[in-house]
Amino acid sequence: MFDFIKTMFQKDVNPAEIVKKSREDRFMARELINGLVSDFVELHGDRLSSDDSSVIGGIGRLKGRPVTIIAIDKGTDIQDKISKRNGSPEPWGYRKAQRLMKQAAKFNRPIITLINTPGAFPGKDAEAQGQGEAIANSILESMKLTVPMIAIIYGEGGSGGALALATADQIWMFENATYSILSPEGFASILWKDAKRSDEAAAIMGITPSDLLEKHVIDQIIPEGRHHAKIFEGMQDKLDEEFKQMQQMSGEEIVAARRARYRAF
Amino acid sequence: MELFSSDNKVDNTKIKVTDAVRDRIPDGLFLACPYCGTQIYNKQLGDYRVCPECNYGFRLQARERLGLFATDFVEFDADLTIDQTDFPGYQGKLDRAKKQTNMNESVLTGSGKIAGEEVDLGIMDSYFMMGSLGSKTGEKITRLFEHATANQLPVVMFTASGGARMQEGINSLMQMAKISGAVATHQEAGLLYLVVLTDPTTGGVTASFAMQGDVTLAEPHALVGFAGARVIESTIHEKLPKDFQRAETLLKNGFVDKIVPRQNMAEMIGKIVSMHKQEVADV
Repeated sequence: MFDFIKTMFQKDVNPAEIVKKSREDRFMARELINGLVSDFVELHGDRLSSDDSSVIGGIGRLKGRPVTIIAIDKGTDIQDKISKRNGSPEPWGYRKAQRLMKQAAKFNRPIITLINTPGAFPGKDAEAQGQGEAIANSILESMKLTVPMIAIIYGEGGSGGALALATADQIWMFENATYSILSPEGFASILWKDAKRSDEAAAIMGITPSDLLEKHVIDQIIPEGRHHAKIFEGMQDKLDEEFKQMQQMSGEEIVAARRARYRAF
Repeated sequence: MELFSSDNKVDNTKIKVTDAVRDRIPDGLFLACPYCGTQIYNKQLGDYRVCPECNYGFRLQARERLGLFATDFVEFDADLTIDQTDFPGYQGKLDRAKKQTNMNESVLTGSGKIAGEEVDLGIMDSYFMMGSLGSKTGEKITRLFEHATANQLPVVMFTASGGARMQEGINSLMQMAKISGAVATHQEAGLLYLVVLTDPTTGGVTASFAMQGDVTLAEPHALVGFAGARVIESTIHEKLPKDFQRAETLLKNGFVDKIVPRQNMAEMIGKIVSMHKQEVADV
C-alpha cells in the first residue's frame, strides 16, 4: 500500500502541465471501475427518457462490500469519444446517476463516483431537456443521501458538470487532475479576450490538486504511476477504511456532516 | 389564410424611427423592448417597467423590485461583502457595482410581506456584476434559508444571474453546493420554496437553487438556461430557434409551473404562499 499525499507537495509543479496531463487518457473509466470493484454489474437508464453512455453506473463489491459506483467516461476510441461527447454528460446521464444514488441509499450501500469531464454537454437537446435542472437536482439529492459518498476526480473536473457528481463527504483527486469553475481557455477568453493565454490562466486559477487541498476543496491526492494495479489496490484499502469509519455514523449524522462540509465555504 | 394569423395583426412594432427623428428625442425618452423590439415611450412602461406590447419585464435593480413587490422589509446582512479581492481587476469591478446598485453583493435578502403574506425573500440584482454568484452571495442566500428554516417561513427567491463569479474561482462553484445544503434542510422542514425566474437566469444559478423550488414561476420571455446560446450554437453548428431559452419554452418543456406577468406577480405569490401555511394544511 502506498501513502496518500495529505500535505502540500510539488509546489513547483506547473499548472499548465497538469491541465495537459489531465486531458490525456491516463486512466479509463472501465479500467478504474474494474480495478476498484469485483463482480461489477452495469445498470442502465434514467427511467424517464434515455440512457447516457457517458455515465457508467452500477453495483459491485469493494473488498467484498457492495457499493454503488458511477463514472463519467470519455470513451476509448474516436467513435466512442464522439458518442460520449468526450465525457460531457447529457441531463439523462445525471438523472441516471441520481437514480443510482437514491438506490444506493435505499440499500445502505456506499457510493463511489469517478469524475472526468470537461463539463456538462452544452447541446440543444441537453438544454431543452433541462441540463440546469438535472445538475441542480443531482446536487440537491446528493445533499440528502444517508450513505457515505466519496467522489474521485481522475482527469478533468469541469465546473457544474463535475460538481453534480462531486457533492460528497470526501473529494479525492489524482495527482494530474484538475477541478475548476471554467476551463483555462474559457477563463482566458473572458479575462483577456484571448483563449490562447490559457497557460497563464491555469497559473492563477488554482486548479491543481495541491491548490485545492490547501483550500480544503478536496481531501486527498492520489499519487499516479505506471503500475495501475498498485494504485487501485491502495485506493481500495483507503476507500474501505474510510467507508468503515463513516458507516459507524447514522444516516442523519452523515447528512449533517456533508452539509457542514460545504457550509464552510 | 387564417383570420387571426399573426400576419394580419395590425401592430406598431415596426414603426421606423429615422436618425433625423431620433436626434430630436431626448435620451431615455423612448426605449426599445429587448424582447419584441417595440419602441416604447418611457412612461408607457409604468411602475412595473413592462413592455405594453409583449409583457416583457425590463430588468430591475433589486431595490426597485423590492419596492414593487414587498412591504415591511427588514434586510439581512446588508453589509456583508467579500474582503479577498486579489484577483486582477476584481476590486474595481466590485466598487463600481456597489456604487451603481447601492448594494454590497449581488443579492438582497431579508424578511417582509408579499401581498400580506409573511416570507423570507431574496432578490438577485443583474446590475451587480451580472448577478454573479460570489461567495458572499452564496453566504447571504444560505443564511436566508437558515433563517427561514429556524422561523418556519417560506422562501421566495427572484433569480437574475449570469452564473458563477469567475473572479472567485472554485469558491463560487462551492456556493452551489452550500446553498443546496440549506435548501435541502428547509425542504425537509416541510417549508415552501418558491422561485421566480427573471431575465436573465443562467449558468451555475440555473444549475442549482433556481431549479430547486417547489413551485417555479417565471416572468414573460425571461431568458433562462444553463449554457450560453453562443456556446450551444458553436457546439451544434446551427442557429438555435427563436425563444429557445425563453420562459415560454421552459414552460412547454416542463421546467416552469407558470408564467406570470409582473403586474400580477405579488398577488400570485400571495395566493400560493397562503395555501402552504400550516393552519391551512391542518384544516
